[in-house]
Amino acid sequence: MPPDTRPKLAVFKFSSCDGCQLALLNLEDELLSLAGEVEIAYFLEARSRILPGPYDVALVEGSITTAEDVERIKAVRKDSKFLVTIGACATAGGIQALRNWQDVTEFTRAVYATPAYIHTLEQSTPISSHVAVDFEVNGCPINKMQVLEVLTALLVGRAPHLPGDSVCMECKRRGTVCVMVARGLPCLGPLTQTGCGAICPAYNRGCYGCFGPLEAPNSDSLSAQLLRDGMQRGDLVRLFRGFTGFAEAFRSAGDKWDKL
Amino acid sequence: MASENAKGEKTVKVDYLTRVEGEGGVYVRSEGGELREVKLNIFEPPRFFEAFLRGRSLQEVPDIVARICGICPVAYQMSAAHAIESALGVTPPPEIRALRRLLYCGEWIESHALHIYLLNAPDFLGYESAISMAADHPKEVERALRLKKIGNRLLAILGGRSIHPVSVCVGGFYRVPRRKELESLKADLLWALEASKETLALVSRLPFPSFAPDYEFVSVSHPSEYPMNERRIVSSKGVDIDPEDFEHVFLEEHVERSTALHSVRTDSGSSYFVGPLARINLNIDKLMPQALAAARACGVSWPCRNPYMGIVARAVELIHACEEALAIIEAYREPASSRVEFKLHAGEGCAATEAPRGLLYHRYRINDQGLVEFAKIIPPTAQNYRRMEDDLKAILPGVLDQSEADIAQVCEKLIRTYDPCISCSTHFLKLRLERG
Repeated sequence: MPPDTRPKLAVFKFSSCDGCQLALLNLEDELLSLAGEVEIAYFLEARSRILPGPYDVALVEGSITTAEDVERIKAVRKDSKFLVTIGACATAGGIQALRNWQDVTEFTRAVYATPAYIHTLEQSTPISSHVAVDFEVNGCPINKMQVLEVLTALLVGRAPHLPGDSVCMECKRRGTVCVMVARGLPCLGPLTQTGCGAICPAYNRGCYGCFGPLEAPNSDSLSAQLLRDGMQRGDLVRLFRGFTGFAEAFRSAGDKWDKL
Repeated sequence: MASENAKGEKTVKVDYLTRVEGEGGVYVRSEGGELREVKLNIFEPPRFFEAFLRGRSLQEVPDIVARICGICPVAYQMSAAHAIESALGVTPPPEIRALRRLLYCGEWIESHALHIYLLNAPDFLGYESAISMAADHPKEVERALRLKKIGNRLLAILGGRSIHPVSVCVGGFYRVPRRKELESLKADLLWALEASKETLALVSRLPFPSFAPDYEFVSVSHPSEYPMNERRIVSSKGVDIDPEDFEHVFLEEHVERSTALHSVRTDSGSSYFVGPLARINLNIDKLMPQALAAARACGVSWPCRNPYMGIVARAVELIHACEEALAIIEAYREPASSRVEFKLHAGEGCAATEAPRGLLYHRYRINDQGLVEFAKIIPPTAQNYRRMEDDLKAILPGVLDQSEADIAQVCEKLIRTYDPCISCSTHFLKLRLERG
């Protein structure tokens, strides 16, 4: 048999819910052909066989929350030619980054009877705080078709194309009536990247920002509008501090209204 | 990896629990060929959900707790919504109740198809993964993927997307589906019902190790329905309680080796078993007719105490979920309102629902602003950890003379039958074996 020349793909997990790597297994129509095009060399949730690195592409799920993981992500980086972070935990610290505004020792006492058994860092941080990242796929969870686009692009040697416009644009394309204008519901859509398909407004609720902030969002303008519409400041702070609350634009907006 | 310490005890470390959700390990120590100690170690980094839920608005809770598990987010949304509704004294109308069962059917189909074919079947058929298995069993793997896709499509219609769906709220749903949306699923679900029966035929013929401990099975139980969202909690050893009494009868312990808490019976300190096998053993007569007939005819005698046959129980529930989904869709009339309005007031409430992998208990205390003051979440896998250890203690003495790789395989195979969601933890079992 000739040597396997297919690119080697690895999937790594850090602190997370497994939902983004599950999105890969949810590529029901493409999974087997994907497994033909790339050598799935390391994917613990899916297979027991483990091939050693180096890997051509590493997909990294989860945030960094322990001292061991700080070391492990460095090893992953060293072993990987192209490192792609997948999902809100890996790109922004995830929902577990809510600890970053709190006292972790107190958190540990609240959840565990014997806090001394628990070893964890003060903050939950994105992968890019620790190593160089080649490409980021946002979302809580990611859109599986976006990962497929990234893998396809890398296979054929072109740059991946992911949309960078707002959820608002997606609502217009989808024909969804604006929930903020028509119903007065608070919505992060004007500040949030699309990729989800603008699901929440189509389901009669405001966007909660799970695909993270746009590159240059105008959070002051939206905040002012929401407060004018009668939103309480505490509710506004919590709106920013959600699944991507530790991403810079949402973090600074939340902190600003928290401190006022 | 093997090493010897000063006392001449042998230490073995093997990295591996693959094909599970989460990060954990096993520590095994033997002396002179005798098993001395078995411990399950859970390394998944803590994420502190119960702590950061405090101060969040009650309507944010179903969205946040979904993120505990990407494989069973609906279970977390269901237990949270029901617990908070109990605190507020809210009872959703029958149409909403039925839609919630339909949503759960979608999750059971997706999760069970994943576990049966992609995570568990390779153990019995001698493959390292479904990807390798596909070369020799293309029909079965294609069936698995299509089943999973149908479950996911049902979730996406009801919830917008299959992972972390967005439609569940306290009081009901943000949006209910149009009848024609659900009808578009009927042909697929009819196919899935037949495919589930083929699945049962396949898995009930697998070669199962003989093993039948004296388990205490625990599940939710309802007088007229197969357990999902309501109502009491029962066991095969006489427990029959309201969810309000759950924390009196069952106790969570914090053990040194684990970032997860381990549950036991409060009075005896003994382990118990939750999951599909427990549900069927305690509620077999509530299965839908075709699922019941198939369960009776598949060659397994119920109640079944062999944990390896959890895969058979999952296949029976796969039939049930397809059958019930079809029945709910058939009877569906679009409700006038998607949710019950409620007045905010302080209160405390709890609920237990049946996640694909077993009973999931939540309790919340809410203040008069509608903010969470206290949250407690007891996932099914935490309830099964002690039971897995007890099983390993019973099995390992018979295999200690085997190679480390074989011992690791025995441990993994047993643990995988529980469909652990350690992610509700990570991905590998580190087997540490010390032989004296």
